[in-house]
Amino acid sequence: MSSIRIKAKDRKGLVDVKCLMKHNMETGLRKDKSGKKIPEHWIQDVSAESNGKTVFSAAFNTSISKDPYLSFAFAGKKGDSLKISWKDNTGATDSAETVIK
Amino acid sequence: MDRRSVLKIAGAVSAATATVFAMPRMAFAAYSDAIFKQKAGADALQNAYGANATTPSDQVKLKAPDIAENGAVVPVSVETDMEAESIAILITENPSPMAITADIPAGTKAMVKTRCRMGKTTQVTAVVKSGGKLYTASKEVKVTIGGCGG
Repeated sequence: MSSIRIKAKDRKGLVDVKCLMKHNMETGLRKDKSGKKIPEHWIQDVSAESNGKTVFSAAFNTSISKDPYLSFAFAGKKGDSLKISWKDNTGATDSAETVIK
Repeated sequence: MDRRSVLKIAGAVSAATATVFAMPRMAFAAYSDAIFKQKAGADALQNAYGANATTPSDQVKLKAPDIAENGAVVPVSVETDMEAESIAILITENPSPMAITADIPAGTKAMVKTRCRMGKTTQVTAVVKSGGKLYTASKEVKVTIGGCGG
């Protein structure tokens, strides 16, 4: 299963998007039990595309909470596709696609 | 085409190219250490938007709790009625204040909601880039350690 959960709903021409990404968002400041620093590991870039057009993009710092929540809204309609993808500092990526309700 | 007009065109082209390269860095939402590893909010803004002169505006609506019992998960939302190109959130007391920059293309509402980490009681500033200028709204969020709601 994808690490991203998306809810996208058409509200009178404005699509309300809520999404949750499962990610540790390690700050690099925390220490494990033996006192060693846990290396930083976080999502750096997030972007959203609807019908092939970028509708939102953001860059995150480690100060975004674990399992980041992101909400935004754009002009669109029911039945359009919405794809959200992220990339973290290790180069890992994930994406999820949904149909706007 | 004679030699003179060719030279003229070549000159114009190179001048145009120089202008493009001389332009300050445009705002775009892609991660960069120059923005997110800065220790000072003003430097982060400078590197993100090519300017750090900000104007407080009541058109920038920043929502965050007065008191956050758990600094690891603090909901923050920024919204504006202005034509925004980009939105950023700065958390002053964090080791690197810039938390998020978001691009707002045409057709997208000038709004972003997320959850942030705050190490301690801090000033939270929402920055909206509109018409090449930076507008802000700030608020203090008290972070209680231990989560007893004290």
